[in-house]
Amino acid sequence: MALLTFSDKGFYCPPGDFYIDPWRQVNKAVITHAHSDHARYGHRQYIAQQDSVPLLKLRLGSFIQATGYPYGTTFSIRGVKVSFHPAAHVLGAAQVRLEYKGEVWVVTGDYKLAPDPLAGSFEPVPCHTFITECTFGLPIYQWPEPTQVFTEINDWWRENQEEGRTSILSAYSLGKAQRILCSVDAGIGPIYAHGAIENTHDVIRQMGIALPKTERITDKTNKKDLTGALVLTPSSGMASNWIRRFADPVTAAASGWMMVRGNRRRQSVDRGFVLSDHVDWNALNTVIGELHPEKIYVTHGFTDLFARWLQDQGYDADVVRTEYSGENEEPLEEVTG
Amino acid sequence: MKRFAFLYRQMDQTTSTNRKLQALVDYFQAAEHQDALWTIALFSHRRPRRTVTTTLLRLWAAESAGIPLWLFEASYDMVGDLAEAIALVTPPPERSETLRTLKDWIRFMQELKDVDEEAKRKAILEAWSQLEQDERFLFNKLLTGGFRIGVSQKMVTKALAQVLAMDENAVAHRLMGDWTPDNTTWDALFQSDSALDDHSKPYPFYLAYALEGAPEDLGALSEWAAERKWDGIRGQYIHRGDTWFLWSRGEELVTDKFPELETLMKIIPPGTVLDGEIMPWKEDKPLPFADLQKRIGRKNVSKRLMIDIPVIFKAYDLLEWQGKDLRERPYQERRALLDPIIEAIPPGYPIRLSPMVPAGSWEELTTIRSRAREEHCEGLMLKRMDSAYGTGRKKGDWWKWKIDPLTIDAVMIYAQRGHGRRASLFTDFTFAVLDGEQLIPFTKAYSGLTDAEFDEVNAFIRRNTLDRFGPVAVVKPELVFEIAFEGIQASSRHKSGIALRFPRIKRWRKDKLRKEANTFQDLQEMLEQYG
Repeated sequence: MALLTFSDKGFYCPPGDFYIDPWRQVNKAVITHAHSDHARYGHRQYIAQQDSVPLLKLRLGSFIQATGYPYGTTFSIRGVKVSFHPAAHVLGAAQVRLEYKGEVWVVTGDYKLAPDPLAGSFEPVPCHTFITECTFGLPIYQWPEPTQVFTEINDWWRENQEEGRTSILSAYSLGKAQRILCSVDAGIGPIYAHGAIENTHDVIRQMGIALPKTERITDKTNKKDLTGALVLTPSSGMASNWIRRFADPVTAAASGWMMVRGNRRRQSVDRGFVLSDHVDWNALNTVIGELHPEKIYVTHGFTDLFARWLQDQGYDADVVRTEYSGENEEPLEEVTG
Repeated sequence: MKRFAFLYRQMDQTTSTNRKLQALVDYFQAAEHQDALWTIALFSHRRPRRTVTTTLLRLWAAESAGIPLWLFEASYDMVGDLAEAIALVTPPPERSETLRTLKDWIRFMQELKDVDEEAKRKAILEAWSQLEQDERFLFNKLLTGGFRIGVSQKMVTKALAQVLAMDENAVAHRLMGDWTPDNTTWDALFQSDSALDDHSKPYPFYLAYALEGAPEDLGALSEWAAERKWDGIRGQYIHRGDTWFLWSRGEELVTDKFPELETLMKIIPPGTVLDGEIMPWKEDKPLPFADLQKRIGRKNVSKRLMIDIPVIFKAYDLLEWQGKDLRERPYQERRALLDPIIEAIPPGYPIRLSPMVPAGSWEELTTIRSRAREEHCEGLMLKRMDSAYGTGRKKGDWWKWKIDPLTIDAVMIYAQRGHGRRASLFTDFTFAVLDGEQLIPFTKAYSGLTDAEFDEVNAFIRRNTLDRFGPVAVVKPELVFEIAFEGIQASSRHKSGIALRFPRIKRWRKDKLRKEANTFQDLQEMLEQYG
């Protein structure tokens, strides 16, 4: 019996009668992480890794009914054993492990292999059936060392500062923004953040997690104070009038899509840094090679191509259609502000 | 190669003109002359000859990356640029090569010309295994010959002028002509007098800006000369010593494409350089531009083609006369010399004067301009009477004053993915007009939308694709766009029977429904009126 079926509402677990990251309203939703394409509005009950809960409430409203569990703790839903395991994607992001009558399935959600300052390190979870994202499942996506990228970001910031300019870096507000904040050299100058990012920071700090100092940009922020500063913004800020308040801004984006020159230019930013919270080609193949699951389903991204590649390698691999943003690393919330 | 890659990264990583310029200056100061010369050559479209086919490169890229060919091809589709796709999939170097510079790698490529396929394969795989990602990309760019980078010739000229402590115009002039790093040296190009003795060397073309405001803003009409804006190829005719040369604006030597102009040597004395337009011309009337394209497209110009599509040189400026450079002299003085020279030429020679267009007032000139389409012109050129013949594009003295384009509202029916930086987006669109219930495709058009509109159109296409043929998506025929174009011609090569000149999307008519688009009948009427 299949532990999960693929319905038009999302992944459904028949014995447990719950969904994982459903995109239509359901009674019981197990959520891999708080990005809005995985955590939608309107479910009656949310179950997530415990660090995800405050983030879900921030994004979906404090009224939602949400239950949190730490990583590695097994709980039961109608006899199905469920546990969360680090996915290293963003704070609270989890792979969901399901076990029922000796059969084990893992849904990765989004994940990366590089350790994350807030999201920890990815944990490979042995399973019979592995449902993996493959947002960047093509061999053109091979990430450079993150430390090298942060050196580039530091150099870029310093250089702009020397010219008396403001460095504006777009990064999505949950995950990438904190990853950058915790990894750049805060000694270079002050770091400011767009309201949407700062709201996330407030919640994270309330959870007792220390973040480097940031200043919220408000209408009262003095232009002069921003000279030489680093400003973190969701990309929606980059496209709006918001950016006009800065004196002589230099813009950049940090994303896996920046791997390809054409995308760098189309972003109409001055600079693109290759920094992703998803697995790249090599990482995908490493994880799958290590787990060697009996059955693989691939979701959002270059699914058809990646499934064919896996089949060529002798795996039993298929594509599952989902409504996660896949091709667009930007979670939906960024579009609405 | 490290230094060249560093220059490339600097140019790629900034949009600031000043920083780009500084990067070029730094590079030219530090680089060996022969490397610098190759850099200039690459920035001015002088590419080394291709020695390996792209088919083989794809095969070897897949081999080097350890992936099947179909996966490489899919990756290439996504990137849209072969050189870049290869650089991205091939593994990082085991040991990075530091010794070979740009010129060495180019020689390395040139030496592959006469070796067999297996030797080529070995050499290319060896090269990839020694180069860092950026360097692999540049090496591949050199191999595939499509080297384009966001650097204008003007910026290169400016940087060189700084480094050489020379006048910018003088540098621009020295950079013209058919030199390659294989047939010249840094000193020969920039220092020696003999560089300018080269009979073939053209002058840099002076380019006009489009007039945006009202012509009245230019001041008194008496200070301006008007002439027609011809729809041909800008060209420079050179007769020096006992040879002649014809250069196109793209700095391409096109002498061989237009052999009928050789006869001009008989009546135009040596030591003459003319600026003008190469025009397809029959029965004292211009032929459509599309006819000229047929001539350019052919490798060999047949007798037949020369009879069907004869060309003339429409002269409008005199840059050199009796071996003397006249470019600093005022325009009216140059014209005063030019007009009698051309008018004195007996009929039958393939040369005409582009006459000045006299007018008493700006209003009168505006009226004349509005009739340009009947005269088979694109509008008028306005040149300041006392202007020198400058270098490149400079605002102020020369203006092109084009007529407003023709427009038609059409329905989008197909969309195709772009290349290069737009590989992941639908960028090429096909449009149709209505014929009863049917849709008749009549043109393709590219840009013209804002980034936001562009994204919106792409989102629509993704949601409303009815069918797919390879890279082409059949789109639900719903969106109406205003298509602007410069001219319309009957064409047997197109299904609709018409061909448009310079079609582009003018704006998205969100206010219009499909049934409100123009009809095939409307298009036919335009053809009758303006074709």
